[in-house]
Amino acid sequence: MEIFDLTIHELHEKLKAKEVSSVEATRAMLDRIEAVDSQVNAYITVTPEQALVEAEEADRRIAAGDIASLTGIPVGLKDIFVTKGIRTTCGSRILENFVPPYDGTAVAKLKEQGAVIVGKLNQDEFAMGSSNESSYFGPCRNPWDLSCTPGGSSGGSAAAIAARTATATLGTDTGGSIRQPASHCGCVGLKPTYGRVSRYGVIAYASSLDQVGPLTRDVTDSALLLGAVAGYDPMDSTSVNTPVPDYVAGLGSGVKGMKIGLPKQYFIEGLDPDVKRAMDEAIALYKSLGAEIREVSLPNTEYAVATYYIIATAEASANLARYDGVRFGHRAENARGLAQMYAKSRAEGFGSEVKRRIMLGTYALSSGYYDAYYVKAQKVRTLIQQDFLNAFKEVDVLLTPIAPTPAFKIAEKLEDPLQMYLSDIFTIPVNLAGTCGISVPAGFSAAGLPIGLQLVGKPFGEQDILTAAYSFEKETQWHLKKAPL
Amino acid sequence: MKITREQVEHVARLARLELSEAELDTFTGQMDSILSYVEKLNALDTEGIVPTSHAVPMENAFRADEPTGSIGVEAALANAPLRAQSFFRVPKVIE
Repeated sequence: MEIFDLTIHELHEKLKAKEVSSVEATRAMLDRIEAVDSQVNAYITVTPEQALVEAEEADRRIAAGDIASLTGIPVGLKDIFVTKGIRTTCGSRILENFVPPYDGTAVAKLKEQGAVIVGKLNQDEFAMGSSNESSYFGPCRNPWDLSCTPGGSSGGSAAAIAARTATATLGTDTGGSIRQPASHCGCVGLKPTYGRVSRYGVIAYASSLDQVGPLTRDVTDSALLLGAVAGYDPMDSTSVNTPVPDYVAGLGSGVKGMKIGLPKQYFIEGLDPDVKRAMDEAIALYKSLGAEIREVSLPNTEYAVATYYIIATAEASANLARYDGVRFGHRAENARGLAQMYAKSRAEGFGSEVKRRIMLGTYALSSGYYDAYYVKAQKVRTLIQQDFLNAFKEVDVLLTPIAPTPAFKIAEKLEDPLQMYLSDIFTIPVNLAGTCGISVPAGFSAAGLPIGLQLVGKPFGEQDILTAAYSFEKETQWHLKKAPL
Repeated sequence: MKITREQVEHVARLARLELSEAELDTFTGQMDSILSYVEKLNALDTEGIVPTSHAVPMENAFRADEPTGSIGVEAALANAPLRAQSFFRVPKVIE
């Protein structure tokens, strides 16, 4: 097995035993990026010099006996995390040359533990998309089939795991942007409960929905990385002050007696037959492990996508108002006056998906439409959240598909944004409810594309979904399959 | 038709976005289709339902009223497209 194939916990053991150094592991990862990333395009920026300096420092710490679970581990970050001194683009032309003056909290926490940052990963522009095709830096490709998308918006983060070009990565999930690409690329992706991880230093898309989470090769790594970045942060006023459990310690509790709910609205006609088969097999496996399976109802599911595209675009239109070409970012040349400079800079700096969402959000918030669209959507959000709280009175976790189909072809849905939006129908409700969900590899389609299984937990029920996911992973081998690169 | 080309032009002005003729046409069709889809929310009776603006109940987050450090002038101006001394330089505001 190559060094770049190792999980965080496997590499940690080798670093601790001095069988391998962080510099060796980092070089191996940088060589791997050099070898395969021209095909995948998972990276927007690679930071070899800085990574090797960090790796040397990690080796010094390890030699001094100061080793944490992430010390010396090569990680990649979605290019939405601001990183001091490292260009941070958010996949957009408007931030093409932006170099932040500070590290966000999640990044600072990784650095404190001694993680080695090897680069910044491709994504949909401002995290808007389900296919990683809206990136100004070109589409990322799915390592399992280079003619397919890796999903989005954390497509680069998921593809880097599948392509073995990072040991672990961080992404963000606003409507499924960690779980859906994790599903399409055959890795583990976890969206924590809103408020569990600080959003300080994460470029905002839709502030009431965005949440930071890990993409990893297995569930143990997911628990490790979540534990490393979770917790209260006074720099984020929406951060929640509750203790962070030792997620790894709780993984082995098993699912015997666990009540697993199947929301009937998620097992609909039109679900891809390969996805349906994978779900049926997973349900049978959980039954055999002693879990109690129950059907539950989330009656307002069909309204989630419409609700999301009002709330998310409204928040996006406000958040993206800061990109005006004055203090940072792209500025158009030859504008006459300040107003035209704003309009031209934004027109040149943003791609079409971002413009479309700014337009939708501005419309929904504009005079005469605010109540009809925005307030209405916020009220429906209340109903969707109540659906989840009611379901969790009956069950401990929910089991659902992640996406109606496996990864789709590049350009397949570009001309029809509504179809693209509908591909997130099984992930969006979790963001609206603010609770947590994980995607775990659960099989492959006939065409050889990965299929993920979603487990949704109660608010701050990350331990439940990690434990259930770990039980599943122990009994299956899906997470061990390698993409043909 | 939920939305007209004139409305799209108006929204673009509000959003400070200069759109091409082709973009105006495309967005008119796409926004019309998306907003028609969103109309399905009207099938739900939400009378008396309290709107949710955040999934987690939020209270004001206060900190002690004490001065803290800032990033400084040079770091703040480091990404400026155009600067003059310690200022961001912009085109003339008043014609």
